[in-house]
Amino acid sequence: MKYLKQFGIILLISLMGEALRMLLPLPIPASVYGLVLMLIALMTGIIKIHQIKEVSAFLIEIMPVMFIPAGVGLLEAWPSLRPVWIPVVVISSVTTIIVMVVTGRAAQRIIGKEKKEDGTVFY
Amino acid sequence: MEQFFINSVFFGAVISLVAYEIGLLIKKKFRLAILNPLLLAMLGVMAFLVIFKVDYDHYNEGAKYISYLLTPATVCLAVPLYEQLTLLKKNFKAVLVGILSGVVASLVSILGFSVLFGLNHEQYVTLLPKSITTAIGMGVSEELGGIVTITVASIVITGILGNVIAEGVCKIFKIQHPIARGLALGTASHAIGTAKAMEMGEIEGAMSSLAIVVAGLLTVVGASVFAGII
Repeated sequence: MKYLKQFGIILLISLMGEALRMLLPLPIPASVYGLVLMLIALMTGIIKIHQIKEVSAFLIEIMPVMFIPAGVGLLEAWPSLRPVWIPVVVISSVTTIIVMVVTGRAAQRIIGKEKKEDGTVFY
Repeated sequence: MEQFFINSVFFGAVISLVAYEIGLLIKKKFRLAILNPLLLAMLGVMAFLVIFKVDYDHYNEGAKYISYLLTPATVCLAVPLYEQLTLLKKNFKAVLVGILSGVVASLVSILGFSVLFGLNHEQYVTLLPKSITTAIGMGVSEELGGIVTITVASIVITGILGNVIAEGVCKIFKIQHPIARGLALGTASHAIGTAKAMEMGEIEGAMSSLAIVVAGLLTVVGASVFAGII
């Protein structure tokens, strides 16, 4: 029954995320509310890691598979995408690389700087 | 035969899993970043649906149970994040500056390319939330008057591309620190990028999960400011 209970806890937090989504008029999905709620529950000790560990590891491991239906859904979007597909694909691709590089380099620069200042290793 | 695919509840889920397994095998055999299992699985399923003339709706009858797990799985991203909390506190400034720079870079570069391609206001705001997680992105696009279907398409393209090129980009641009890598993936390509970050390592995964949330929220604010420009 261990796994059932773990799955139950995770679903309960997801449900609470849905409730927040309905109560608050912000464009934030239930999953993001749920993530924050789960983090708070773990930090305050209401939920202990061992109570969700195995099932959460499983769900995270199979996460890539969960994006297949959305990706295949591009077939459906094709009629509306068709007239603008070139700018959409070019902009989506190039800006993704730009954001990845800017974020990574900016974070790395600060980590490097702080490391130099007090000589400690951060990871 | 077609009738069978239309009536089956399990077809959509099974073909998705089988396609992913085949993707994993191909990846293992050839070891090329472009042979990304997720990308291969999607293309495989698409080809199957087109060849056997199965409607997306019929496929989704079964596949929706896979998508159903996406919310609980995202909730679970709190676990690696919690486990790396000390690291997060120590590197608070780097995390914040990294994500903020990424969000600004995203909005500015989308603005620049939109001007370059001569996009109108509607097309421009459609693309503004393309780097953030689907549900937040849809909300932003709708609120700003964008075309939601195309927003979703650009979010998915961004995610898959980020997942495929992450290792190469980190190598070429010398992003070696696990914290920097995780932040880069999560900020640039949301949850689909995070799936790749999880494969890279625990720290990468935790930082990428955090970036989904923070970048998502910053973009809600940033996009509404940028929307007024074109």
